[in-house]
Amino acid sequence: MLKLEKRPQPSKFWTYAAPLLAVVITIVLGMGLFAFLGNDPILSIKTIFWDPVFGEFAYMDRPEVIKKAAPLILIAIGLSFGFRAGIWNIGAEGQYIIGAICGAGVALAFYPTEARWLIFPLMIIAGLLGGLLWALIPAILRVYFKTNEILVSLMLVYVAEVLIKAFSIGLLRNPDGFGMPGSRNLRQYASAANNEVIAGTGMHWGAITAVFAVIVAYILFTRHQFGFNVRLAGQSPRAAGFAGVNANRLVMRCLLLSGALAGVAGMFEVSGPAGQIMGSFPSFYGFTAIIVAFLGRLHPIGILLAGLLMALTYIGGETAELTLNLPSAAILTFQGMLLFSLLAVDVLTNYRFKFAGAEVR
Amino acid sequence: MKRRTLLASGAAAAMAAVTGLPARAQEKTKVGFIYVGPINDGGWTQHHHHSAMEMVEHFGDAIEFMYQESVPEGPDAERAITQMARSGADIIFTTSFGFMDPTINVAANFPNTVFEHATGYKQADNVSVYSARFYEGRAIQGTLAGRVTQTNKIGYIASVPIPEVIRGINASYLHAKKVNPDVEFKIIWIFEWLNPAKEADAAKALIEQGCDVVLQHTDSTAPHQAAKEAGGVYTFGQAADMAEYGPMPRISSIIDNWAPYYIDRVQAVIDGTWTSTNTWDGIGTGMVGIGEVSDVVPAEYKAEAEAMRDAIATGDYHPFTGPITKQDGTVWLAEGEVANDGDLAGMFFYVEGIEGDIPS
Repeated sequence: MLKLEKRPQPSKFWTYAAPLLAVVITIVLGMGLFAFLGNDPILSIKTIFWDPVFGEFAYMDRPEVIKKAAPLILIAIGLSFGFRAGIWNIGAEGQYIIGAICGAGVALAFYPTEARWLIFPLMIIAGLLGGLLWALIPAILRVYFKTNEILVSLMLVYVAEVLIKAFSIGLLRNPDGFGMPGSRNLRQYASAANNEVIAGTGMHWGAITAVFAVIVAYILFTRHQFGFNVRLAGQSPRAAGFAGVNANRLVMRCLLLSGALAGVAGMFEVSGPAGQIMGSFPSFYGFTAIIVAFLGRLHPIGILLAGLLMALTYIGGETAELTLNLPSAAILTFQGMLLFSLLAVDVLTNYRFKFAGAEVR
Repeated sequence: MKRRTLLASGAAAAMAAVTGLPARAQEKTKVGFIYVGPINDGGWTQHHHHSAMEMVEHFGDAIEFMYQESVPEGPDAERAITQMARSGADIIFTTSFGFMDPTINVAANFPNTVFEHATGYKQADNVSVYSARFYEGRAIQGTLAGRVTQTNKIGYIASVPIPEVIRGINASYLHAKKVNPDVEFKIIWIFEWLNPAKEADAAKALIEQGCDVVLQHTDSTAPHQAAKEAGGVYTFGQAADMAEYGPMPRISSIIDNWAPYYIDRVQAVIDGTWTSTNTWDGIGTGMVGIGEVSDVVPAEYKAEAEAMRDAIATGDYHPFTGPITKQDGTVWLAEGEVANDGDLAGMFFYVEGIEGDIPS
């Protein structure tokens, strides 16, 4: 009989192998799902994973994958600090929305002035600050009133969703829009547009910032006191206390950092791919980024790869919906399987299988 | 080894698909639809899809039909439309207001594909816009509501504050007032097009406040259910006939019927006569259908409503005919003056007599 036995130490091998195995399991399960729905399983998987990168229309899909991955990576990097330290910001979606509102608000306040050198940097700052302030609420409540940051940050997502709807029909509504909801399109406002830096690559300013964030996070984790404190607090809060880590300050820093990155991701999204403040702007990047963070093992490089993979399933999934007539729910199920199998495989990191009855050496 | 052969056969299948598709595309016109909701939402999207299927039935094998449902308005819409365009669609219908900018953006990249955007206002050489004059149906609902109400309180479940919804409120208020000067409108905004729970709550709140007629500009049947449970409350079907709730509480309805338009436009593509147009049709062409007035409505009022329907259809009567004064007391239309389409398209004020403010 098989038995699970706790490893004395988490397995180094499985820490890295588990996500890969999870992807393989997801593909196998997904093939079963697609076959069950009456589709060619190989073709379905190929459409999702292969075609967007190497297929006939890859030149159109690759930039889209990058655009989709950029906010996911940016948000997930921010979250990874808190998650490592055991500080759970579940409300990145809200911070993302508020960052977008603040960034767009600054741009629209200047409309139609042409001064990109001033307006675009100001928007970035506004996005950072917007997300940061939205995260400051759960941070203060946690530090001074001992509330649960999971609940508070999550609830604030719903507040942010209502706010963006209100702004889209109120203060930020396009005055030339025939009374329809939605702001002016920032992509048509040269001073505020988050365009591709190199045309046709998908590398807009948000994607560049995401790469930059990956590098900075990597350095922080490996070379900096802050990264050490974060890891220590996550592994052993008591030890961290003895080592002089101020727990409250750490909570503040982790929440504000993740809020600021989510906020700036929202700003890059609203001035780029989305273009305008609308009630339908929220697209669950803030929640998907949580999956990305864990899929990437809370490691900057892992998050980079996981973000790209997740984006790939979105883009490929859409193509599969259209060309193979897969229902959209099947794609969502497929993405859900990814997290599910990762959690399942995770067992191998801390446990190992053992045949009961076998001799113990 | 085995895996490699699997991959190879997959590649072969894909090759066959790739080489097979263009050959078919030569003969058939490819028609695509982008929907904002699921095709079984019971309201807006379901009716576009229903009309699309009628169009497909009409053309049979002459066309190839494809659609994508539940496309969120926002950054994803542009990609969904692009994907449809590049898979060879000749004409693409994007059926929600929020697809306006994405449609215009994609159209610029695919000059050989034509696009039809519902309820928007931005046109291009290969982008037409189309919408329905739902306010014509609202005038009839208002007339019926003013006639059947006992409490003189009429409830209105409003969705999103845009001109179309405001036109509906004004049209129904003006006509209710015309036949019953004592009516009063109570409006609840739910800021969504489809949310059965919220719609039911709104209906219950209105009924509790004494409304015995509930009009809705939202897509679910939840208000009908609430009215049925309360008893003695009249409702109107929205988007669909919702006849299953007749003869009470549902006493009539506004039905979205896009099929004739879709058949027209696809035919134009097949014939090569398609041009960019701005269509705003109403009862006259059948784009707005009026559901059967049920028999709980006294015969004289039913006849009155039907007469109005026919007069609007022939163009003898326009629901916005002066004198009409705005809520703030300024005159909008003088005696006998008829509203122009520009004013209607951007209508963002209540008419005199409606209480409260438009949310903004």
